[in-house]
Amino acid sequence: MGAHILKRLISAIPVLLGITVIVFLIMAMIPGDPATAILGSYATPENVEKLNRDLGLDKPLVTRYFIWLGNMLSGGFGRSFSLNRPVIDEILDRFNATLILAGVSFVLCTLLGILAGVVSAARQYGLADKAITFTVLIGISVPSFFLGMMMILVFAVNLRLLPVSGMYAIYGGGDLIDLARHLVMPALALAVVATGVIARLSRSAMLEVLRQDYIRTARAKGVHERRVIMGHALRAAMVSIIPVLGIQAGFVLSGSVYIEIVFQWPGVGRMLVDAILKRDILLVQGGVVFVAAAYVFFNIAVDVAQSLLDPRIKT
Amino acid sequence: MTTFLKLLFRNRLAALGAVVLGAIVLLALVTPLLPLADPDVTATGDRFMRPFTEGHLLGTDHLGRDLLSRLLWGTRLSLAVGIAAALVAGTIGSAIGIVAGYFGGRIDNVIMRGVDMLMAFPYILLALAIVAALGPGLLNALIAVAAVNIPFFARNIRGVTVGLAGREFIDAARLAGMGHGRIILTELLPNVASTIVIAMSTTVGWMILETAGLSFLGLGSQPPVADLGSMLGEARAALITNPHTSVVPGVMIFLIVMSINLLGDGVRDALDPRLRSGALTRPRAVTLVDRKGQVPEADQKGLLNIQSLETQFHVGPRIFRAVNEVSLHLNPGEALGIIGESGSGKSVTALSVMGLVASPPGVITGGAVRYAGEDLLSADYRSLRQKRGNNVAYIFQDPLSTLHPLYRVGDQLTEAIQAHHAVPDATARARAVELLKDVRIPNAEARVRDYPHQLSGGMRQRVGIAMALANDPDVIIADEPTTALDVTVQAQILALLDDLRRDRGLAIIFITHDFGVVGQLCDRVAVMYGGRIVEEGPTATILSHPAHPYTKKLMACVPELGGGKRELAAIPGLPPVVSDLPPGCAFAPRCDKATEACRVGEIGFTGSDTHRVRCIHPEEVLA
Repeated sequence: MGAHILKRLISAIPVLLGITVIVFLIMAMIPGDPATAILGSYATPENVEKLNRDLGLDKPLVTRYFIWLGNMLSGGFGRSFSLNRPVIDEILDRFNATLILAGVSFVLCTLLGILAGVVSAARQYGLADKAITFTVLIGISVPSFFLGMMMILVFAVNLRLLPVSGMYAIYGGGDLIDLARHLVMPALALAVVATGVIARLSRSAMLEVLRQDYIRTARAKGVHERRVIMGHALRAAMVSIIPVLGIQAGFVLSGSVYIEIVFQWPGVGRMLVDAILKRDILLVQGGVVFVAAAYVFFNIAVDVAQSLLDPRIKT
Repeated sequence: MTTFLKLLFRNRLAALGAVVLGAIVLLALVTPLLPLADPDVTATGDRFMRPFTEGHLLGTDHLGRDLLSRLLWGTRLSLAVGIAAALVAGTIGSAIGIVAGYFGGRIDNVIMRGVDMLMAFPYILLALAIVAALGPGLLNALIAVAAVNIPFFARNIRGVTVGLAGREFIDAARLAGMGHGRIILTELLPNVASTIVIAMSTTVGWMILETAGLSFLGLGSQPPVADLGSMLGEARAALITNPHTSVVPGVMIFLIVMSINLLGDGVRDALDPRLRSGALTRPRAVTLVDRKGQVPEADQKGLLNIQSLETQFHVGPRIFRAVNEVSLHLNPGEALGIIGESGSGKSVTALSVMGLVASPPGVITGGAVRYAGEDLLSADYRSLRQKRGNNVAYIFQDPLSTLHPLYRVGDQLTEAIQAHHAVPDATARARAVELLKDVRIPNAEARVRDYPHQLSGGMRQRVGIAMALANDPDVIIADEPTTALDVTVQAQILALLDDLRRDRGLAIIFITHDFGVVGQLCDRVAVMYGGRIVEEGPTATILSHPAHPYTKKLMACVPELGGGKRELAAIPGLPPVVSDLPPGCAFAPRCDKATEACRVGEIGFTGSDTHRVRCIHPEEVLA
């Protein structure tokens, strides 16, 4: 198993390099003078000229990439002009918030989605199945940012149950309960679409598995139906559910950009949008590379989970 | 195509989606012709008017602009941008996919690696990076959304193309001297076009949502022009005081996306043949019992007594009578063979005993199955579950598909034990090792930790037998346990079953299509054809004096070892389709002794209690 994990980690290196290539190429599309773009419009001409020399703009694209990559690896993504601090510091400050939001949301959509899918399949064509199918259809059609706004309106403004936005209360608070109260709405709003997708997939995976011969064997042994469904069938269905969890994690991470804006959540997504509007290129580039790399490692974890579950995969 | 449309519209939700989407698209198309206020003219005196006020059906926004007008113009813009993004992504992505799939090799490898890299990004991150480089704006948002969706098309279309590129007509075109460009355009493209169109229509909802999302973030359409996303984004500031400005564009996005989703689901379902056949329904824990007639009186025969059993499959309007008026009994310690071709109803008879026929579509429509006098068909789930495996156990045909692939064989055995006996894990585990030794699996202590795929076919079947023995049942029903095995292993398994029967006093029902197996193991044999028993009697009698013409022909199909060169007889014709049984004898169409009398009315049994046959012209007249 250790060797398998190591192999997956090594195979991540070309993917990570690929990510830097793509980001570099996108950044090379910036129209006009990149140094001005990086330093902002208030930069002095001397600084612009120095940076242009450092970036090696007179050199061919491939050489520029390696200079760029070297700068990123050694200099930690550079310095943000709009915040006047190192990009990596800003990202690390904010990544926690995004991780909490996206992580809780991912756990929610995984648990709720699989549960809904299993119940739906076990009660196929029954009332519960119809109710779940209908709810899921609504869920996957509501834009998360609109749903978030409506939740604020209902639960924060009208019912006054939860705080409108932010991660912690400004006065007092700061403890876990305060965080949880602030987290409920954004985490739910972010989880809804992924929950729907996972529920749909779990339902069809369960239906597929329940028709298999080994389910009949389990029933013929006299295994209780609850155990047949939650044990035998779900275990086998997980083989096709887990890869989709990896994909949905990407969607949850992506969707957190909208949710962080709607709920004023101090995460990387909001930082990125602010940085784009301020044209703070280095901040954007650092944030994108960082989050994409985090996602690559998450997918390795998914892969390892899959091989733990299915002994037929050679490790 | 017409059946496809019919299927699509039989699905009421898909039809609803089509209607809603059609209405929205129509509204967007005629927007310039409607008598609407200018969407961009501000009138700060009229700001935040409520919906249904005079002259402003949906009210006004924070700058006093008419919301209805802005909504329709915004919808128009959102639809146009979404569709344009889908077209761009679809065209470029498909082109990449076709090139990769057609040329294959290095080119394919390089392209697909690049596609994998792009897919390693959470998609919106990539879109944000592109917008960051190009600057905010609707056109740039369109480019970004199209770009992040290119990998999806490239990968899908490549898959389809790879399948086509190896086909004969492509080779033929190449031999005819056509250039690559021409082959791609005239031979490949027409064949992948439908896939491209379907992929585009299912992703257009996403594209609309994604561009709306970028606009919502302020990175898409810039004021004063607004699509639905930027309307929502601008309204957010006034969410608490004037929620209607947010609700109006939000609901519109929701309606568009939902109607596209409904339609997409409908298209997918209509294209999936498995849904049509009902193959995606889940079998319930117990076969549905819906007995039309009277439950037969108990007649005290045997330990297990099947009386006038009728099992049917209801598939759409068609009814397959898989088991028809089958009566059989099994005495303690006895081995009964049920023999017949595939589709004769022998397995369904066996599965009906413990309610294991997949249901839907299976329904038991008549008869009784009594175990020690109790009717299992009227038993509730609890009591049936307690008997499954404990009193009556099954051995199934293909042990690779009938053992759970993800559980160790030891765990599957202990589970069988613990389903009926509350014993500690260690005890159950020790018993599992015992069981594996009983079925002569070498090195049983180590094998319990193996997964089914690590064992050979014969070993797997031994595990299946061990599992059936786990709770010392009185009856074992073995459904073609040796069919999937090769001949030497087959002989070993049969010998094992025979020994176990003698040692433990088990009663066995042995289902097979092989008279050789029956002769080796069974005291009595029942021959099934078209869902009915056509002959039943002691094995020795039937082997030496078959009475039914079908039995005789079935025996002639078995090659004899050392029997010299003799022509193997095959039975001409095919077994009957049980949805459409002719009146009279089901075998009549394939029987050379058949007369008119064989094709009318019900043919009953003749003969004695020990040897009975359902035939007007038996080979041997039974006393």
